[in-house]
Amino acid sequence: MLTDRRRTLALLGLIIVLAATAVWIDLPGNPGIHIHLGPINLDRDIELRRGLDLQGGLQVLLEADLPPEETVDAGAMEATRAIIEQRVNGLGVSEPLIQLSGSKRIIVELPGIEDPERAIQTFGETGLLEFIDAGSSFLPAGTVVTTTEQIAPTTPISPTVTVTPITEMETPSPEPTLPSGPEEPVYQTILTGRHLTGANMGFGELGLMEIHFQLNDEGAALFEQYSSTHVGQQMCIVLDKEIVSCARIIERIPGGSVSITREGGFSQEEAESIVIRLRYGALPIPLRVETNRTVGPTLGEDSLQKSLVAGAIGLSTVTLFMLLYYRFPGVLADLALLIYASVVLALFKSIPVVLTLPGIAGFILSVGMAVDANILIFERMKEELRAGKGLRLAVEQGFSRAWPSIRDSNFSTLITCAILFWFGTYFGASVVKGFALTLGIGVVVSMFTAIVVTRTFLRLIIDLDVVKHHRWFGV
Amino acid sequence: MFDIVGKRYWYYLLSAIVVVPGLISLILFGLNFSIDFTGGSILEIQFESSSAVQPAQLKELFAEFGFGDTLVQSSQGGIFLIRSKTLDSPTKVTIEEQIKQRWGSFTELRFESVGPSVGGEVQRRAYLVVAMAAVAILIYISFAFRHVTNAVRYGACAVIAMVHDILVVVGLASIFGVLHGWEVDSLFLTALLTVIGFSVHDTIVVFDRIRENSRRYAGRPIEDVVNHSIIQTLDRSINTQLTVIFTLTALLLFGGVTIRNFVFTLLIGIISGTYSSIFNASPLLVEWERRPDRLIYVLSFLLPPVGLAVGLLLLLRGSRVSKPWARGSLVAAGVGVICLGGLLLLRGLIPA
Repeated sequence: MLTDRRRTLALLGLIIVLAATAVWIDLPGNPGIHIHLGPINLDRDIELRRGLDLQGGLQVLLEADLPPEETVDAGAMEATRAIIEQRVNGLGVSEPLIQLSGSKRIIVELPGIEDPERAIQTFGETGLLEFIDAGSSFLPAGTVVTTTEQIAPTTPISPTVTVTPITEMETPSPEPTLPSGPEEPVYQTILTGRHLTGANMGFGELGLMEIHFQLNDEGAALFEQYSSTHVGQQMCIVLDKEIVSCARIIERIPGGSVSITREGGFSQEEAESIVIRLRYGALPIPLRVETNRTVGPTLGEDSLQKSLVAGAIGLSTVTLFMLLYYRFPGVLADLALLIYASVVLALFKSIPVVLTLPGIAGFILSVGMAVDANILIFERMKEELRAGKGLRLAVEQGFSRAWPSIRDSNFSTLITCAILFWFGTYFGASVVKGFALTLGIGVVVSMFTAIVVTRTFLRLIIDLDVVKHHRWFGV
Repeated sequence: MFDIVGKRYWYYLLSAIVVVPGLISLILFGLNFSIDFTGGSILEIQFESSSAVQPAQLKELFAEFGFGDTLVQSSQGGIFLIRSKTLDSPTKVTIEEQIKQRWGSFTELRFESVGPSVGGEVQRRAYLVVAMAAVAILIYISFAFRHVTNAVRYGACAVIAMVHDILVVVGLASIFGVLHGWEVDSLFLTALLTVIGFSVHDTIVVFDRIRENSRRYAGRPIEDVVNHSIIQTLDRSINTQLTVIFTLTALLLFGGVTIRNFVFTLLIGIISGTYSSIFNASPLLVEWERRPDRLIYVLSFLLPPVGLAVGLLLLLRGSRVSKPWARGSLVAAGVGVICLGGLLLLRGLIPA
């Protein structure tokens, strides 16, 4: 008996610590965790993250803009995501979310953005990488040009003799950008970034640094045709209409494997910068905006206020009901409910869970579930008491008999939560995901509070021997 | 005490009264899918000063840009909700400028745009999700009740109750879609799956008691055991139901407009879930034991191919008992086909 009591007390201590931590996390203006202990550096602000529907903002689902039969390369997709992330960081949005969704989509979420149209332009514009036919004119790096963007319709390849597949690069001049002339020439696009399958640098035969890039089959064919008819002319690499570098075609290049050399070789830095831009400077995959959701900040703020009020009303009604119907255990259940609410909220803040409107609904719904577990237990206890069992036995049996029901029934809700979560993740339907996550967390925590917290309270009360009448239990 | 099992046909009737109109509406009118599933755009704007603009004028403007079948709703405070085909960014900017020029400045409250390909994919996946949930739960129940004799019966009855709740919610969405233009969006799907989860949640609590009592009162007629179990869990069912109703009603009355339909769907679905576990799922266990033929007939009526298969199978086995059953299920399947055919015919007559 003594060990039992000791265990109960230990559990009570644990519950108090847990509740205190939770309340500390929940308090607004929480300073966050900043630990600096030797090698441990932990800096974490703890804030409730509001979803787009609660604070306004923009969510965009971008889809690879490729013919449906073309498979999308996973590496290229990840590179695209990384580039978008860089561009978004330039917008100065706090807590942006950029993630892959399935094999050909990217979700971008920008909470609290002021000008959604401009934002979409900033990261959505493909950042087109092109190879253009500059004719005989050498264009210095940094020149802004106009291009056709469309690849010219193919014409039969005129036969040319080839020796070695090498183009030579002129020294890119660090001169200032030339102002474009009055009548701007439109340069023909030969290839775009989507024809590029890889770029790297290496040392050529003479031990000089070269740049290599590889083209896919379509690109190889196009390039072979172009190079065969344009020997001696300039081909330029253009990123977002800005010249990166120009090279002179020396001879026809078949096979899609191209090398760029320069007299004296590239410096390591230069080569790296060009390769990186070849690889990542442009989105390797063109994207189109498939889904766009914008919520104005006023609507978001309004929704938040209303749901908070609704939540408070709902919670207090439930608390009152438990109190009136179950009397003494009702008080305990209410206490457990408060602990439940603060633990769940603390979890939301520290995981962190992005709170959406349906998420709040999920949370409020899970309050009902938390109460359900308590109700199941109390109803069982009452039955045992009516059957003439002692208080202590009634409490223990009430718990052990109610447990299978609680476990089995909650599990079915968890199954649907998991399926919903999966569905929500797939399409960037963050409202669905938010709901599934909050309800799921709620269900798990509710099982914990019902079984651990309520039981510990009840045991403690019985040990203290303050309850004398069964009437206190509503029997 | 209450005799729920004895009066079960009345409760089945009540279920039928709720489910059948929804089912008919579903067959006749289908569901009103939102842009989440079909693709399209919603633009919600609020004019700063009380603008004299009429919905018809906005509609005309959209038509000028080639968005012919645009729907415009106006509500208090100069708020307009405009539904159109998928708007791309540049077009949207141009149209918004036009609106500003013609009728004064406004705030953009919300803009949603879904491409048609994503919409179609979401719709396909939505069906998959509902099917997955149903199968996962069937498997789970069979597992949870694996030590009980007739575990499959429990699973099947829980699934029937679940289908009942799905039909209540989906039927409701269909009827309200016709009457009030309610749309089925991804939040509706969320509500539906939650209802599925809760429906099974409630059923398991009652079944758990039946499982326990059938061991304790072995030898007593099943009617008594089931009825007793229902009565025992009735307090709990009502109280749990009340707490959920409290919280959801608060959300319905005081929460934002955006999730009102979602909360309402949840509320109806959860009430239906508790009802079906007490008044359908549990009495069906009795039905299965006492009059399985009636179950087969109803199933044959609702799913004619199943009725046909069962009927033919029973005919082939050809024992004396199974002959009237076979006849019954074939007749029921026939009636089912006629009803369905009639409804589909009617549907063809309705102008789109």
